[in-house]
Amino acid sequence: MVEQVAQMVVHGEAWTIKDLFVLPNEYVYWSIQIVMYPYMTGLVAGAFVLSSLYHVFNVEKLKEIARYALVFSFALLPVAMMPLMLHLQQPLRGIHVMMTPHFTSAISAFGIVFMTYACIVGAEIWFVYRKFFVESLLRLEAKSERSGFESLLLLIYRVIALGARDLSHKAIEADHKAVKLLAGIGIPVACFLHGYAGFIFGSVKANALWMTPLMPVIFICSAVVSGIALCIISYAIFMEIRKWAARRGKSFLLPDAVAHGEHAVDVDHLRSVQSHEVTMTAKYLLIFMTLAITLELLDIIFRGYTAVKSWDILRDVIYEHDFVKIFIMQYGIGNLLPFVILLLPGLTVRRAVLASLLVLFGVFMMRWNVVIGGQAFSLTFDGFMHYHLPIIPHDIETFKEGLLGALMVITTPFVIFYFLNMIIPAFMEDRDTH
Amino acid sequence: MKRRDFLKNTAVFVSGVSISLSALEFIDPKELLAANPKLRWGFLVNTYKCVGCGFCVKACKIENDIPLEAHVTRTWVERYVMTKSGETIRDCPNGALAGYTSKLLDENASGMRLVPDEEITQAFFVPKLCNQCSTPACVQVCPVGATYQTGDGVVLVDRKWCIGCGYCIMGCPYGVRFFHPIERVADKCTFCYHRISKGGNTACAQACPFGARQIGNLRDPNDPVAKAVMNERVGVLRSEYGTKPNVYYIGLNEEVR
Amino acid sequence: MKNHVWRPLFVVLGLVAGILLFRLVYVPADFGTQEQGYTFGFHRLGNEQEWKDYPAKYKNNSYCTECHDDKVKSWEASAHAIIPCENCHGAAFGHPDKPEKLTIDRSRDLCIRCHAKLLMPSSGRNKIAGIDSEQHNAKTECVECHNPHNPSLEDM
Ligand code: HEC
Ligand code: HEC
Ligand code: HEC
Ligand code: HEC
Repeated sequence: MVEQVAQMVVHGEAWTIKDLFVLPNEYVYWSIQIVMYPYMTGLVAGAFVLSSLYHVFNVEKLKEIARYALVFSFALLPVAMMPLMLHLQQPLRGIHVMMTPHFTSAISAFGIVFMTYACIVGAEIWFVYRKFFVESLLRLEAKSERSGFESLLLLIYRVIALGARDLSHKAIEADHKAVKLLAGIGIPVACFLHGYAGFIFGSVKANALWMTPLMPVIFICSAVVSGIALCIISYAIFMEIRKWAARRGKSFLLPDAVAHGEHAVDVDHLRSVQSHEVTMTAKYLLIFMTLAITLELLDIIFRGYTAVKSWDILRDVIYEHDFVKIFIMQYGIGNLLPFVILLLPGLTVRRAVLASLLVLFGVFMMRWNVVIGGQAFSLTFDGFMHYHLPIIPHDIETFKEGLLGALMVITTPFVIFYFLNMIIPAFMEDRDTH
Repeated sequence: MKRRDFLKNTAVFVSGVSISLSALEFIDPKELLAANPKLRWGFLVNTYKCVGCGFCVKACKIENDIPLEAHVTRTWVERYVMTKSGETIRDCPNGALAGYTSKLLDENASGMRLVPDEEITQAFFVPKLCNQCSTPACVQVCPVGATYQTGDGVVLVDRKWCIGCGYCIMGCPYGVRFFHPIERVADKCTFCYHRISKGGNTACAQACPFGARQIGNLRDPNDPVAKAVMNERVGVLRSEYGTKPNVYYIGLNEEVR
Repeated sequence: MKNHVWRPLFVVLGLVAGILLFRLVYVPADFGTQEQGYTFGFHRLGNEQEWKDYPAKYKNNSYCTECHDDKVKSWEASAHAIIPCENCHGAAFGHPDKPEKLTIDRSRDLCIRCHAKLLMPSSGRNKIAGIDSEQHNAKTECVECHNPHNPSLEDM
């Protein structure tokens, strides 16, 4: 009869524990990488919005961090795609999303919105750095002897300058205008990019926790929050490294110095820039945080008050199974604590960074609680599924969709940024550029 | 940039995007009159007749190459036991592949549970399978057009085109979809499309000794399934999702979800 | 040189053209909106035929009659006549060529799928004679005493 041959583990089984009545095909299909996916797109969108605050609305105070945020947002872009690829059962077919998009699906927008967005950010960077490209190009061309690295650099600049070597006043003015326009267009696209990530969840009518029209808005707000927080942290860290490296003369840690000479980096100046930028940005962080928390709480209160059929199981999930994750880790440590830290007078860089770290953690927990929490109960409202993040991988699946896969996604943007920074120095202070 | 300019630019951009999107989308007037008037597959489940032997599950798995040892299945049978205290206990050990042979109810991590006979008010089995909805939520959410509805109303998955994102699995309110452990794409009940389109019966309906499962053509007034749907009190699962299921149940009650 | 502003746009247009060109080559010709419209019928048409051609494994009872007439005869007249042969013997596939023989499952598990006594007041299960498998001649296979093709207690 039914031979119980060697165990065959189906997708999701390795990390799902079922309790009470759960349908046979129900597993936590959307695991850690789908938590990472809105988290990473959120960071992209948030970083871009931060940079646009300066470019479009002329928030002068954000001048220095704006350029950094722009480049970092570009470095994050390919990484927003990574979790999806790691999640797909058929990663090689990922291209189908671009080939035969089915627009009744929220995911199909991904390919097109993502590409549009990438083009906008790319173009904006091009305009911001065009003067620099041309100058570097001319400088390198003028050199009689070039090292291998410099030749490569020259080649790259030649390609990305697209032959536009005009540095006249008029041409530079045109660049400025274009940057403004692109940053302006970029904001709605960034919001769309992330709003639709919220729509992916909010529109799943089968899922009682996800289905709410507030989802896209909540996602956008928390995206901006996380993006700003990441900018504060990474900016502070990179500046710290730069200060340290500049003092010790460890130029390999200063990729732009490697590429463009040591003169760009000066310790005291760096310190004043850093503290000014970080504390200013923290103010914006507070504003967006208030918005995000209000919406999230509104959602929970509304569900409890209207208490439709699904509330019985949602209450069990929210107040019992996931209580620690939602109220302690997300709202307590991730929202309330940084709120207090940021509001106490006399904000220092260190405190801002600590608060931002907590905020990042809080937003991550929010994504977790939405994605995993939404799958914590059965479609029949009669049982639970507990998710166990695979920590030590024993096959490709538990690697991709486990702790290591997630860490890979988190570290990649920094690696990309390191190399990107050689070509387009994010910390360059030039009065003439943006 | 002035604010007005900014708004103007945004408006231009948004309208530009929607135009380009609609150009890519091949909206078809046929969508409205799509329904094939001659043939619409439907299914009838009589829960009174089901004895929980699980032969339908076994037959389905063998017929459709779903590995028997994999803990996913295209069709399954649930057991409902209701007690005098008003409690409803459901279970479905491994989709009922080996049938129900014990009084112990499988509560997964909470262990086995025995309900004494004298506590039981009613108890019955409910076979489940894909509802082949008229407006399938799973098809709507497929980003690449890998899952679709045929002209005669069966929802299929294109195994060569599916990217395995799992959105359809999330979108289905009935939990009938899963990842095929070998093909690594979304999989679901096809109403045994290869059998019914050649005039055969589905593997599960053929395997059922008690006639609890029947497939038929809802558009044919002389078809036994169509007749039952018309003349008897039948219900569908979770109509609140607006998916318009085509699997009809005799003997449903409120506890069945 | 004065229109250098448009250059990124040209790059983007080139990219879009490239993608569309690739799409032309990559996407099968029969992919598109079919009978059920864009929302539910956007797919590769050829796949419908692929599913129709999926190989069937189960035959049916009348197929067995050709060769196992004796078994069919006794089975037909018995209380088990409602149970298709392939439920107990597995799918026929290419039998008798491949496989030459079908499985004969003599385990108690096969019989107690229906005969394990459960109290199921509102279902057909209650109408089948039930036994408690742990009590009813526990150590022996059912078919030692009962004939699966003719389970009548009188003929035992
Ligand atoms: C074309 C003739 C033919 C058909 C049709 C056929 N069989 Fe057979 N079957 C055979 C032959 C020949 C054998 C081998 C007999 C032997 O070696 O003793 C066999 C063997 C078997 C055996 C194993 C007998 C044993 O002693 O091991 C089973 C069980 C069986 N068949 C069941 C079925 C069932 C159920 C069907 C209908 C789905 C079926 N057969 C259809 C010819 C057929
Ligand atoms: C309730 C389950 C059941 C059904 C239904 C059933 N069989 Fe069997 N069959 C068995 C079992 C169990 C044996 C083994 C009997 C034994 O060892 O005494 C068997 C033995 C056989 C054998 C070979 C053994 C022999 O005595 O020669 C054949 C051939 C066979 N069955 C054919 C069929 C055919 C044809 C049908 C359909 C008409 C059928 N069976 C229906 C359970 C079933
Ligand atoms: C698909 C369900 C099913 C399976 C499997 C099944 N039976 Fe039956 N059996 C029935 C039905 C239905 C009856 C007729 C109703 C009744 O009298 O209980 C029956 C009748 C019987 C009877 C006669 C009971 C009586 O009171 O006359 C015996 C004995 C029996 N089966 C033994 C077996 C054995 C042995 C097996 C395993 C080889 C088996 N059954 C497998 C459904 C099944
Ligand atoms: C040692 C021989 C033997 C074995 C082994 C055996 N039975 Fe029986 N069975 C009998 C006898 C004798 C009767 C009739 C007297 C009785 O009711 O106990 C019977 C009666 C039955 C009945 C009818 C009960 C009723 O109340 O009408 C069923 C059903 C049945 N057996 C099924 C099975 C099943 C299923 C198995 C295997 C799990 C099995 N038997 C194993 C000897 C056996």
